[in-house]
Amino acid sequence: MTAPVIGASIRRKEDHRFITGQGRYTDDINRHGQTHAYFVRSPHAHAKLRGVDTSAARAAKGVVGVLTGADLAADKLGGLICGWMITSKDGTPMKAGAHPALAVDTVRYVGDHIAIVIAETYGQAKDAAELVKVEYEELPPVVDPAKAQSDATQVHAEAPRNTIYQWEIGNKPETEAAFAKAAQIVKLDLTNNRLIPNAMEPRACVGEYDDATSGYTLYVTSQNPHVARLVMSAFIGIAPEHKLRVVAPDVGGGFGSKIFIYAEEVVCTWASKKVRRPVKWTAERSESFLSDAHGRDHVTHAELALDADAKMLGLRVKTIANLGAYMSTFSSSVPTYLYGTLLSGQYDLSAIYAEVDAVYTNTAPVDAYRGAGRPEATYVIERIVEEAARQLKLDPVAFRRKNFVRKFPHQTPVIMNYDAGDYDASLDAALKLADYAGFPARKAAAKAQGKLRGLGFSTYIEACGLAPSAAVGSLGAGVGLWESAEVRVTPTGGVEVFTGAHSHGQGHETTFAQVVAGRLGIPMENVEIIHGDTNSVQFGMGTYGSRAAVGLTAVSRALDKIEAKAKKIAAHVLEASAADIVFENGEFKVAGTDRKLAFHEVALNAYVAHKFPTSEIEPGLKESVFHDPTNFTFPAGTHICEVEIDPDTGVTTIVSFTAVDDFGNVINPMIVEGQVQGGIAQGIGQALLEHGVYDKDSGQLITGSYMDYTMPRADDLPSYKLGFTVTPCPSNPLGMKGCGEAGAIASPAAVMNAVTDALGVKEFNMPATPSRVWAAIHRTRAAAE
Amino acid sequence: MPSVAMTVNGKAASGEVETRTLLVHFLRENLRLTGTHVGCDTSQCGACVVHVNGKAVKSCTMLAVQAEGAQVTTIEGLAKDGTLHPVQAAFKEHHGLQCGFCTPGMIMTAVDMIRRIPNLDEKTIRSELEGNLCRCTGYQNIVKAIDAASKEMKGAHA
Repeated sequence: MTAPVIGASIRRKEDHRFITGQGRYTDDINRHGQTHAYFVRSPHAHAKLRGVDTSAARAAKGVVGVLTGADLAADKLGGLICGWMITSKDGTPMKAGAHPALAVDTVRYVGDHIAIVIAETYGQAKDAAELVKVEYEELPPVVDPAKAQSDATQVHAEAPRNTIYQWEIGNKPETEAAFAKAAQIVKLDLTNNRLIPNAMEPRACVGEYDDATSGYTLYVTSQNPHVARLVMSAFIGIAPEHKLRVVAPDVGGGFGSKIFIYAEEVVCTWASKKVRRPVKWTAERSESFLSDAHGRDHVTHAELALDADAKMLGLRVKTIANLGAYMSTFSSSVPTYLYGTLLSGQYDLSAIYAEVDAVYTNTAPVDAYRGAGRPEATYVIERIVEEAARQLKLDPVAFRRKNFVRKFPHQTPVIMNYDAGDYDASLDAALKLADYAGFPARKAAAKAQGKLRGLGFSTYIEACGLAPSAAVGSLGAGVGLWESAEVRVTPTGGVEVFTGAHSHGQGHETTFAQVVAGRLGIPMENVEIIHGDTNSVQFGMGTYGSRAAVGLTAVSRALDKIEAKAKKIAAHVLEASAADIVFENGEFKVAGTDRKLAFHEVALNAYVAHKFPTSEIEPGLKESVFHDPTNFTFPAGTHICEVEIDPDTGVTTIVSFTAVDDFGNVINPMIVEGQVQGGIAQGIGQALLEHGVYDKDSGQLITGSYMDYTMPRADDLPSYKLGFTVTPCPSNPLGMKGCGEAGAIASPAAVMNAVTDALGVKEFNMPATPSRVWAAIHRTRAAAE
Repeated sequence: MPSVAMTVNGKAASGEVETRTLLVHFLRENLRLTGTHVGCDTSQCGACVVHVNGKAVKSCTMLAVQAEGAQVTTIEGLAKDGTLHPVQAAFKEHHGLQCGFCTPGMIMTAVDMIRRIPNLDEKTIRSELEGNLCRCTGYQNIVKAIDAASKEMKGAHA
């Protein structure tokens, strides 16, 4: 009997190629006859295009072609789409402006695409791009989402008052009634700062047209190559799906930003036929800052109604969500169904009403970034709950416990049906790990040294898996959110798993192999996980929303089918009844006898097909499953942050960060801990350091490089104390919930609750940079004097 | 175009380059050593760190022609005869990588750090990593890996 594979911290199979420099990222791919592209981008936030003269660029050394929006329009290519229809509370559909891959008559943000210059070398393309003469008629930009609806500037004529939709969720009359009878109402204004995802690998693509097959191949930094192919075929019209192969090779991080279908990959694919040569483009980091989809950017007012016994009665929320200059692929869903549905948190709240206005501004498009809507929801509920405890002078732990959901399943007023959880268990474990009992003494000790200590909680819940396809379809999703798996057993007993779940750092090649090896009782090295190529995997929805559990369930169900068929074959070979065959430890045995076959022996028999009637059982051993989950999964837990602030410098130091998460059953604890650590780092980055800032007058991106946008470095962050509690997820056979985003979802509220605790202030917006903290301390002191 | 010649991973390497060609582009484009990555355009991220004459250098901040005659080691040249360098092994053992994109630069930086500083602790390692960005790991396991490799290498030399 070997040690269990599922649940073990097995070292990653994919690591060898990465630590030896043999990863194969998109920019590492070089095709025969390849050209290089550079995009001419708008230097203005808002302008009419009065003319684009490409003649000088075309004549420049090495230039192969220059193409503009007029060329795209002449070829009748469709624009970029938003794939989730949101309906406003008045019943009207969202008001989306056109989104051409290359601008036709107007540019709407700094970095908007105007032309592609294609040359023999990258340097030649970049040099020639400077020769493209663009005549602009500058228009005033609108930048601030809070003012977008009253600004004279119209980003798109289709969306009056720059308002894309006015959406609502929850029950308004019940919520008003709850507030009418409240003993106390707590109010809070919050902003959720704009973030720039910054996967370390910049976006890149190589488009290639093959005249022999009249087919295209696109190599691209994508989290979901099949969705890219579908959109580029069905909506943009580059080629029929069967004539477009999309390959997402090794992808250097995504965090949501590589879900979307971007202008550059569309244009390079299309252009490869125009110039009859492969066209390669790789973003410079400055271009990533300008044109990758950004995240968050909410302005929110929240109110919490409480009875005299500190029981939560109702929550009402009004949010303005900035979607930027165009609606990115899934942008509309983020501040609606990924946000409003999580506003109940871990609390038994019977009345919730939330309104969200989505607005256009002259800034980069905003879409899903790690957590996507759920960090924003968690920030609202966890900040106002902590504030309520302070106003009521209650211990924040006791206040939370008083309001926790404890009976499952639990139907919230905002769609979600929580299936399982134990919020006290993760809170208890976190309190112990964080030594909450010792905090008053630590605070006093810090005070004696002139330092300000604060502690903050975030008892979060999130939703992963992105749920039954019919359910998301009824909410406006343009796609189903199932996942596929095909398991092919080779004649010698090796196993190839084709999954639609893409891996870009999550370690699927290891965890998926663990599930297969554990289930079939074969060595990990006999399992190959294949993903990221539409020519290999039939279809799949990709990886985002911590949804690999959906893909793993598909694999698990395909293995059920493999086992069932293998048992039938084994029964014939062993001359026994199929009902008497048991499968354990990788062997098919006739129950109660010593007759048995190893897995690889059954595999060989399946392909040789000598010993069973092929009229009843087809030769071969290959099964596939399209798995549609029956519910979201609901990871939850407690994060506790303890900070110390130096009032002289305003520097906030995280002295301790504790996270106890309930992800259900864990396949590989080492990988899951890594996901949590990375998520927390991004959340701390949001809370203390990161902020995507546009100049209010010019619409120029001020934080457009690593010199200006403060990505957390190693010495900005502590090591974390992590723990797990487990309530298995009832809606999938492995009991998993998803772990990729929880860190980024939970941690910003914990940090800011700690910072506001230390500062003794109510409202303080992220990021808590030293200058802002220092200013807050001095404002408080000035007010006291 | 000028020609440039250097020794890369123990082998003679040469090529024609534009004078503006950066060392990282010479390595990636001319020599097809794509393990060295480009993650930014402001010398901030460290994905391109290689060793030039034994010292860690951001190869995006050096012209190819400046490396004329130099001994250059890239991530591809770190393992010897199929045996991983202790830092490479430690990154795998301690899950010091996720997407792998920053990893070559992190490993090359770590090897140099361990060579220069005999007694590394967590604070020093974090401080020494100031030139390398990672977006996936939160650095905790990178720090752990470097610490472990440092101790192991010291033990081996003791």
